[in-house]
Amino acid sequence: MTTLLSAQGISKHFGGVNALNLCSLDVEKGSITGLIGPNGSGKTTLFNVITGYVKPDTGTVTFDGRDITNARPDKVFALGVGRTFQLTRIFARITVLENMLVATQREESWLRGLTRSMSSKSELDSAMEWLDFVGIARLAKLPAGSLSYGQRKLLELAYVLVADPDVVLLDEPAGGVNLTLINVISEKIRALNKEGKTFLIVEHNMEFVMNLCDAVTVMHQGTNLVSGSPTEVRNNPLVLDAYLGGGEEEDATEEVANG
Amino acid sequence: MLKKKVNLLWLVALAIALFVPNIITNPAYRQIAVITLIFTACATSWNMFSGYSGYVALGSAAFYGTGAYTMALLSLHLHVHAGGDMFWLVPVGGLAAMLMAIPIGLIALRVRRHTFVVITIAIFFVFQLAAINFGFTGGTGGLTLPYIPWMIQSYHVPFYYVALTMLVFAIALSASVRRSRFGLQLLAIRDDEDRALGLGVKVFPVKLTGFAMSAFTIGMGGALYAMMQGQIYPQFVFDPIFDISIALMAFFGGFGTLLGPILGGLVLESSQQYLTVTYSNGSLYLILFGVLFLLVVLFMPQGIVVFIRDWWAKRQDRLAAANEAVGAQGGNS
Repeated sequence: MTTLLSAQGISKHFGGVNALNLCSLDVEKGSITGLIGPNGSGKTTLFNVITGYVKPDTGTVTFDGRDITNARPDKVFALGVGRTFQLTRIFARITVLENMLVATQREESWLRGLTRSMSSKSELDSAMEWLDFVGIARLAKLPAGSLSYGQRKLLELAYVLVADPDVVLLDEPAGGVNLTLINVISEKIRALNKEGKTFLIVEHNMEFVMNLCDAVTVMHQGTNLVSGSPTEVRNNPLVLDAYLGGGEEEDATEEVANG
Repeated sequence: MLKKKVNLLWLVALAIALFVPNIITNPAYRQIAVITLIFTACATSWNMFSGYSGYVALGSAAFYGTGAYTMALLSLHLHVHAGGDMFWLVPVGGLAAMLMAIPIGLIALRVRRHTFVVITIAIFFVFQLAAINFGFTGGTGGLTLPYIPWMIQSYHVPFYYVALTMLVFAIALSASVRRSRFGLQLLAIRDDEDRALGLGVKVFPVKLTGFAMSAFTIGMGGALYAMMQGQIYPQFVFDPIFDISIALMAFFGGFGTLLGPILGGLVLESSQQYLTVTYSNGSLYLILFGVLFLLVVLFMPQGIVVFIRDWWAKRQDRLAAANEAVGAQGGNS
């Protein structure tokens, strides 16, 4: 196992708030790594730092041996790090298929876009394949704004995957989604992982995380608290403290699972 | 099948446009036709950037004026033979505007939404003040271009065809941008710029290119206008009403659609010019436009083109549903 994506000693202050405080995280190649922690523990900020949306005050991010600290989001994506957002973000006024096409050419130079049509045959085919994979191919011609929340989640997953990134960062893929769809998403992630894709997942749904992930990192107050296998993490008293500020273990596990 | 029909419609429209100077023979009305074409081309070009990317620029008169002054200064200083040769300076005016758009874009495109609108307005006023105060622009007295000794009766005909060519160019460019990857990137920027960035769209170069491309046709429009008028004043070529007019044309017809600004430009500019000439009252049109815009904003906020398209789609849906219902009944019995 080699480390594909690594963040070391990341700090980020917003005004007087320490959103991240010397936080470190390693994602093994070919793993599904979970990132959990109470609200406000800095998970999304860490995502933003890794993908270039937020510049860290200190620390380094490396991907596949390359330093990508402070690289712009388009550059990070071009190298092979895709992400979804907690509040699903799609392009509402273009069609579902056009949404897919935006992401197809991750390494293309910007001038090339002027001289070529919106899509090539192979791009169209792979866009349709991925839409089919997540099960919304029949909606391809609709404006993306007309999709339901769950369908938007699937679309966001599909258009990140269409560019074939090496690692996919998912910010709450199961948030606000019904149980059937959670199972669908989790199945898709597992299938892709079998083919070698690496995932880093932020999620509050503990069942989802514990079933899916090979390794879990728990964040608390802007730093990484514990890392290990799901079982190790589940039984670690520090984790329960972080979530509940102490308490009986059995109650705590239940609370966490529901939260 | 539908595509062929649409192409045919474009050809019919072009054929009619080619014969307009034969139908309209009064020089005053011919001038209206030329100015209408120039404004429509500018609105189409403005919409190609602002409509597709959502960056509403209200300082495009800076490009229009740049084109006009380029035409005036070059024709005066290069001693171009007064007449048809001056048409070659029209694309040069466009290029000058495009070059001007690069530094402006580098500043203005760093900010979004309202801030962008305000900055483009501010930059426009800098241009207007510069034209009024610099010596080489002739100050408030403006510049007089070389006199073109053409017959008054047919004076506007060549301008008409050049303006028509410009409009065809603007429409073709806007249509091909809409079909290109570049156009898709502009639309993605309009819907969610940060998300587009995270999907590998190099948003700043894309925005800057679109901004400069749209300045090109607007600069050509200014150059052609200056050549036709033979005299330019800073307050008329750097005119805030121009900024608002082309934006309103696009909004009236359909912001971000290909057809919208064409429809808006043809209807609004021609009726404005007609009212001004017929009633020799320069502000009557403002009142009528006010009412018209209120109606459009209230009942068709996305513009006429989108309104009609939606209405048509709904009608088709209803027909399809009705057919299906009939079919289902037939199946049951």
